[in-house]
Amino acid sequence: MHGTDTFPTGSLAAKSLATDAEDRAAAAALGAERAPAPLPEPDFWPNVHAPDAARTVTADVARLAPVGRRHALLVFLSNPTAVAGLLILAAVVGAALAAPLLFPDDPLEMAGRPLQWPGQNPRFPLGTDALGRDVLAGLVHGARVSLLVGACATLAGLLAGILVGATAGYFGGVVDDVLSKLIEIFQTVPGFILLIVLVAIAQPSVPAIALAIAAVSWPQVARLVRAQFRAIKEKDFVAAARALGFGHGRIIFREILPNALPPVIVLASVTVATAILMESALSFMGLGDPNVVSWGSMIGTGRDLLRTAWYLSAVPGVAIVLTVLSLNLIGDGLNEALNPRLGGEG
Amino acid sequence: MTTRRLPRILKAVRRTALQAVPTVIGILILNFFLLRLTPGDAADALAGEAGAATVETLAALKSKFGLDLPVLEQLGGYLSNLAHFSLGVSPRYNQPVAELIAARLPNTLSLMGLALVFALLIGITLGALMASFAGRPTDRVLSVVALLFYSIPSFWIGLMLIVLFSVKLGWLPTGGAETIGANLTGWDAVLDRARYQILPALSLALFYVAIYARLTRDDMIEVRTQDHVRTARAKGLSPFAVTRDHVLRNALIPVTTMAGIHLAGLMGGAVVVETVFSWPGLGRLAYEAVMGRDFHVLLGILLLSSLLVVAVNAAIDILQAWLDPRIEVR
Repeated sequence: MHGTDTFPTGSLAAKSLATDAEDRAAAAALGAERAPAPLPEPDFWPNVHAPDAARTVTADVARLAPVGRRHALLVFLSNPTAVAGLLILAAVVGAALAAPLLFPDDPLEMAGRPLQWPGQNPRFPLGTDALGRDVLAGLVHGARVSLLVGACATLAGLLAGILVGATAGYFGGVVDDVLSKLIEIFQTVPGFILLIVLVAIAQPSVPAIALAIAAVSWPQVARLVRAQFRAIKEKDFVAAARALGFGHGRIIFREILPNALPPVIVLASVTVATAILMESALSFMGLGDPNVVSWGSMIGTGRDLLRTAWYLSAVPGVAIVLTVLSLNLIGDGLNEALNPRLGGEG
Repeated sequence: MTTRRLPRILKAVRRTALQAVPTVIGILILNFFLLRLTPGDAADALAGEAGAATVETLAALKSKFGLDLPVLEQLGGYLSNLAHFSLGVSPRYNQPVAELIAARLPNTLSLMGLALVFALLIGITLGALMASFAGRPTDRVLSVVALLFYSIPSFWIGLMLIVLFSVKLGWLPTGGAETIGANLTGWDAVLDRARYQILPALSLALFYVAIYARLTRDDMIEVRTQDHVRTARAKGLSPFAVTRDHVLRNALIPVTTMAGIHLAGLMGGAVVVETVFSWPGLGRLAYEAVMGRDFHVLLGILLLSSLLVVAVNAAIDILQAWLDPRIEVR
């Protein structure tokens, strides 16, 4: 459904990150200048023009980073909407973790008289559905599925996107042309239709759905990572790493990737949100895992009784909206914290 | 002026067409092999629905549709069909795929079009408001509202709109494309169809409202700091005129780019929304095709929608080159 869309946070983050990394590289260089390493002994003198080259390690960058990270955390925590998002998400995660304790019975089992409205019976605060199943129990167990699918799909999508994007952006040339074409192909096919096809091929199950969602979300990550790598690989500290004879693998994963990550983290939080939306849409259309309760399938079954018992569709929908909103609020807060130039000015 | 721009645009058309060819071929081959991986085929699905089928009738069905040939031969057959501008025949509907799609396409396009209009109108208005109050509480509240829109599943808001406007208030129909048996003509028919289209288009639009609002806000804030805006303000233009003529206009270019990118997403979103409102569009057809393993129809839809995305992106590139001469046609 919404898998192929780019929310501005991601692209804006990419725009400003180039300068971000530049700043950090400059800061690292400054730090090195201010505190010169003791000169090496004359008998150990590897390079006349850059006497401390052999000692220059990425640790210099790493040492500076925590200060920035602590600052980002402060900015994030002083943002009321971001903290609200964090609290909502914590509540949902807590409910998901506590589900087997709170409702040890199978949520697909009949628990009481069918079609009781919320508030009608204190035993079922959110009512029961047409088969007498407890709506609240379904909701809490559904949180497990939604979060699991969202997290796994995002992890798999990030992994694939980072690998493809980093390879394309770092090596350039023919490799870049081929991989860019591949990304373009995946972005041109309507994501949700592709998702339906993939799930139909694999037969609906939680892992299959997570992988299928990953398959439609990776191109966005790949595009962002590629742009990042193209900008960062031209920086002086990468040239320095290359001059020191580091291999491609080390430069990609230890020099460039850490500097490319902040906007990817922002994108990841939004990707979890979209993955949850996609999973719910799939289950709503009857393509979810039939063995588990999911918010989307609860809405789908409630739909038949829309005229008389609309709470059956409304309640799980509110759960989806709150969870997805919390993730988007967090993504927004992260974006502001990691790219201070972007937010709040005016 | 036009004479100088025209060759540039022709060049852009040719370049885009050349670049689109490998993309489209890639999409074709990817889709074809993807669909081959699906367990079962159209013959199985038909036999399953009929309830009883002997091994012989199943084999006859398969050979009739060419489903028993090796995969590469099937691909070759499909490509040669395409070269003759035919999308093949659907075993399920026993009808050329092109006809099936042509019957549904206008419905989906008008739904997507109206959704895009809604999204742009509401989104740009919201964004302009947010930019005017940037940093103040109004901006904060509207930002959260935009994020809320961004977080609502389109199918769920569709159902809630039905509950409110159809079930409770009785203002708008719950689903379908037009009043059956009314035989309206002219203006009445247009109005009738519009009534059926408001709710689905609104549910589809909500997600994009959020994106355009945010984009418009950020771009307007950026443009506002530029010199030509300061000049306009110094000339003594009213703040509203400055916003409308100098800020908004320049901020719109990125918004049009995004609108192009969103086309593929809108198409996918239409599948879900069409299900909710039983809207007879391509999305429903795609869903039925997946369920019936009707690969020719599915391939046709995927190909057509991808072509549409490629074409619209090219059109937007060219439009922008036309609007802003500084943008180089790549």
